Amino acid sequence: MMQSVRDGARLRRFFSSTAAIAIAALSTVAAPAPVFAQEELNALVWCDHTDPALLEPFEKANDVKVNVKVYEGTGAGLSILDQSQPGDWDVLVIDGVDVHRAIDLDLLAEMPADALPTADIFPEVRMEANNTKDGKTYAVTEKFGYNTISYDKTKVDPKDMQDLSVIWSDKYKGRIALYDYYLPMIGLVGLGLGKKTADLSDADMPAIKEKLAAMRAVSKQVSDVVSSQTALATGEVDILVGGGEWITAVLSADKPSLDWTIPEQGAVRWAQSIGVMKDSTKQELALKFVQYIVSPEGQARLATSSCYWAMPANAKAGEHLTDQQKAALRFDQQAEYLKKTQLYPIPSAELDQQFQDAWTEMLQQ
Amino acid sequence: MADTALTSATALEDADRRKAWGFVAPALLWTVAFFVVPFAFMAAMSLWKREGRDIVHAWNFDNYVRFFSENALFRGLVNSLEITVIVTVISVLLAYPLAWIIAERVPKRLQRMALILAILPFWTSYVVRSYSWLLVLSKNGVINQVFMSIGLISEPLELASTRTATVIGFVHFFVMLLTLTIYSNLIQLSPNYRRAAADLGANAFQTFWHVVLPLTLPGIMTGAFLTFVLCIGDYVTPQILGGNNELVLPQIIMLQLGRRADFPMAAALSIVLMLAVTVAYLACARWLKIERA
Repeated sequence: MMQSVRDGARLRRFFSSTAAIAIAALSTVAAPAPVFAQEELNALVWCDHTDPALLEPFEKANDVKVNVKVYEGTGAGLSILDQSQPGDWDVLVIDGVDVHRAIDLDLLAEMPADALPTADIFPEVRMEANNTKDGKTYAVTEKFGYNTISYDKTKVDPKDMQDLSVIWSDKYKGRIALYDYYLPMIGLVGLGLGKKTADLSDADMPAIKEKLAAMRAVSKQVSDVVSSQTALATGEVDILVGGGEWITAVLSADKPSLDWTIPEQGAVRWAQSIGVMKDSTKQELALKFVQYIVSPEGQARLATSSCYWAMPANAKAGEHLTDQQKAALRFDQQAEYLKKTQLYPIPSAELDQQFQDAWTEMLQQ
Repeated sequence: MADTALTSATALEDADRRKAWGFVAPALLWTVAFFVVPFAFMAAMSLWKREGRDIVHAWNFDNYVRFFSENALFRGLVNSLEITVIVTVISVLLAYPLAWIIAERVPKRLQRMALILAILPFWTSYVVRSYSWLLVLSKNGVINQVFMSIGLISEPLELASTRTATVIGFVHFFVMLLTLTIYSNLIQLSPNYRRAAADLGANAFQTFWHVVLPLTLPGIMTGAFLTFVLCIGDYVTPQILGGNNELVLPQIIMLQLGRRADFPMAAALSIVLMLAVTVAYLACARWLKIERA
């Protein structure tokens, strides 16, 4: 089964932070289970699903205790599943670009399409090609966001942030942090080179490597989510390349000077999906949980969960968000942003290896 | 009569042997189950290969060849060794005087308190401590603010996200560890050695250099080896304080696992890491043996 373990996800940024895991663990411990809960539901999730404010309404309504385990990247998540017994897990949250890997491993159950609010989901993030196979639905997009440019608007000229070439220009040398995840970052480089993320290939590697080296030369650090947030918040850097609303929205109250934008050339979009495990013995309850998560109320709670904020996939979630929350998420500008962004690259295993090697080389320069 | 006595003695020996095995067995089983077997599995896996998204169970040395031929990977080992040696040397140089002061200058009744104060930072989470250092060393951190306020510098120093920051974070931790091992060695040292040296005409420095230092080498080497092992295998401190401006081997191992789940390559890198530790152990053990002789 080891060969079944496959590539991971964008979420590494969230979970590479031990702090995020600590918060998630504390949240889980603090989450009061219904006193007389008859059933338990086991969900393998990302840290935003551990917020008691998200889980409690479902637990109370269904008299169930939801046990959540946070994992770190799809590679690690699939390893956990590999070591589990069939039926141990009922629900899986997974990187939108990796859904097919889970389907190919026969991990996900088919969900009735009419049980999901597909029509309410932003068309650009429905991602049928990723969430379905042979006309069958195995997962549904629940949350998305952008890997783009975050910055301190009091320290840099916001107009400069509209041009992606700023990420390798000398103007802000030593004041830039690079987000440490090669997949979206190489996607951004591709956009800067005028390439669509879906079209990146071996032939682009020399140009990508050259730009990565240029980015490295003008950057101050390459860091995970907590270190990046810390660097932005403390003024260690003024720009975070690869950041987005998931970095600044949660800090919006304390650090109103932090902002993010999508440059003219566009940015990279990430998305996470949720599905029911094929071997779950509680298919009906698991589907109910999925339905709750993608419902407008569940979506609003997920979008603003304690671990990180990001856009809800369900457009109707706006009815449950406050004006301040919508402003931080740029909820009303999504139509424009979605048009300007592309899903981050989904490389073949071989190209993925080249991406990772190029990133490692850049880090060691 | 003699036969009976012999039989009894043999029975007693057998009973003792069984008892000895009884005492040893749990530790032995533990070691076999949780070290030998996993290690053997890891060593075997390091000889497999990831092709595409599959792990091919064909024996080969491709991962090791790749490690030694790709500069970005090999550089991880070099960075790890450089940082570890720097940290170990600085930690020993700082810990020895501290342990000496506690053992020799602090009154006996206060030594326990002094030791507690010396290791107080141990009580804080390792991760929290690393992030705290990040704040202290940042452009707007305490160090830069103090230096700028007293006019020592006009522009903030680039301290955070550097190798220096990683070394500082490590040294802060390992000085405590080394202080404990060296202190425990120093207090066992009979004052008669120094008296004898003085009787023979040695001055304070000569006594330290020719008598005290050699006798406390086991404590130094034990602490230094522990420092080496913990430092070279650490992922958290370089990740938080180094700003990924250079990768150490544990970071490269994590990189193999995070998204691609390349367990064979990660296993090969881990074996390399273990070999480095083994070489360090052999060097320390041999050196100590010579000194003792």
